[in-house]
Amino acid sequence: MQRRLSLILAAMSLVLAACGDGDVGAETTAAAEGCAVEDLNLVNPGQLTVATGEPVFPPWMGVGDDNFDVPESGTGFEGALVYELANRLGFSDDQVTFVRTGFDEAIAPGPKDWDFNIQQYSITAERDEVVDFSDPYYTTRQALVTYPDSPFADARTVEDLKDAVLGAAIGTTSLDFIEDVIQPDTEASVYDENVDVEAAMNAGQIDGLVVDLPTAYFITAVQVEGSIIAGQFEAEAADPDDYGLLFAEGSPLVECVNQVVAEMREDGTLQTLEDEWLTQEGGVPTITG
Amino acid sequence: MSLPPGQLRSPGLWSSLRRPRQREEGARAALVAAASTVAVFGLLAWWVLTSEAWPEVQEQFFNPDHFAAAWPEVLGGFWLNIQMFMVAEVLILVFALVFAMIRALRGPAFFPLRALVIGYIDLIRGLPIILLILLLGFGVPALQLPGVPNSRLFWGLGALVISYSAYTAEVYRAGIESVHESQRMSGRSLGLTQVQSLRYVTVPQAIRNVIPALLNGFVSLQKDVALVFVLGVREAVREAQIYTAGTFNYTSYVAAAVLFLVASIPVARFADWYTERDRRRKQSMGAA
Repeated sequence: MQRRLSLILAAMSLVLAACGDGDVGAETTAAAEGCAVEDLNLVNPGQLTVATGEPVFPPWMGVGDDNFDVPESGTGFEGALVYELANRLGFSDDQVTFVRTGFDEAIAPGPKDWDFNIQQYSITAERDEVVDFSDPYYTTRQALVTYPDSPFADARTVEDLKDAVLGAAIGTTSLDFIEDVIQPDTEASVYDENVDVEAAMNAGQIDGLVVDLPTAYFITAVQVEGSIIAGQFEAEAADPDDYGLLFAEGSPLVECVNQVVAEMREDGTLQTLEDEWLTQEGGVPTITG
Repeated sequence: MSLPPGQLRSPGLWSSLRRPRQREEGARAALVAAASTVAVFGLLAWWVLTSEAWPEVQEQFFNPDHFAAAWPEVLGGFWLNIQMFMVAEVLILVFALVFAMIRALRGPAFFPLRALVIGYIDLIRGLPIILLILLLGFGVPALQLPGVPNSRLFWGLGALVISYSAYTAEVYRAGIESVHESQRMSGRSLGLTQVQSLRYVTVPQAIRNVIPALLNGFVSLQKDVALVFVLGVREAVREAQIYTAGTFNYTSYVAAAVLFLVASIPVARFADWYTERDRRRKQSMGAA
């Protein structure tokens, strides 16, 4: 009974492939290898349940005055990426549902009630032991945000930041970067989420914060009035900051998603999305060390 | 014939053989208690340690290697907790007493003061401490008012002092009201003013009555100082959290828990001892 069913399904997909045009052909290449929507092991069958942060910020999701915190708008680098990925897997736009989680709680080991989580997660060895990652979809650097009148605004090497009181969110590679690479004399101030680090900046309680470069653009443009990007860090911690989609440990979806990510990299879609949402005018100075 | 107080019937000739004497009764009771404790806890321990889930639970929560690795930072963070609750407790005891005394003042002239204190207590007791901490810790410094400190420790502790003073003021009030009215009247009739009679007559007695409740508040405060971690203060719980975020092992939280227990259990036992001593003293006063 099982064999006959799978034979029928295989025959159907071949028929579909034969009478489709170019676009459908691309989808069914993935479909034919066990990644069809019906075959995927989804948390909610027939729906792609995508988790992201609460709230979400540009340039990652929800770009545009009416779209703030609306991942369903498909705007922003990660927002557009999710819908592109879903379409290539065979989902329509309506079949994509968003749920929200905190940044740190999603990395905790255990089963999840979403298919994957997209929140600028850097792929690290420690995290990989308790969750699974897709192949990287973006690589970034860490940046320092501070005020123009701060003594650290002109920092050009990591040594210049020895006396700084820096802040970062818990469980982030930004915090690891402060502790492993910058190593200031005062230990880093650690907050629950990036919004709390920004609140501390606003309150003048920390000299600067460390965050990935695209987020730093949004922070300086919108969230912390009067702040500037002092520089981007050249040095890297143990792993470069490659962003990957986060899955529950052992999720069978990873392979299918990786196929699509590879496709998007080869045909230039990832670069197009990056150019559209993530490039900025003007150069940012570099902090070496 | 007259009987010693407390006895209904004269003890018979054979009564001392029928009922064990006081000393033996005590010794037997202790033995029974010991045997029963060993049996119950032994059974509990056996049941836990032989259960299927225990190895995993032990690995996640009671892992000796992770405990040792997390201990230095968590201990360092706890030192900050200790400093915070010692400073806060002194301030709370003082402010709360002032509020309670204001509230105990009689006379229409003092109405606005009393109303202010009552309003303060109602307002502050109605707000979650975490909300106060966020409001004062992030919100006030963000105003960048000249002359206003923006230190997160200052505002975090400030929020705790403001909040706990409201609760503790009510504890003092209960104490003041438990002192018999005749005490106050005696003080007034001797020519003391309201404040003087409060200060020299009522309040010393009131405080003695409510020391257990004040100690209870202190034990509670020891835990609530941890809430300032949302402001980025690296106290014990935050340090434990940082360790967990890097290793995904929760033993660091157990390490922090141990420290909190070490701080609070002696206080609880002292409160019990004090209550017992006070009770015995009062009983003996009654019999005299």
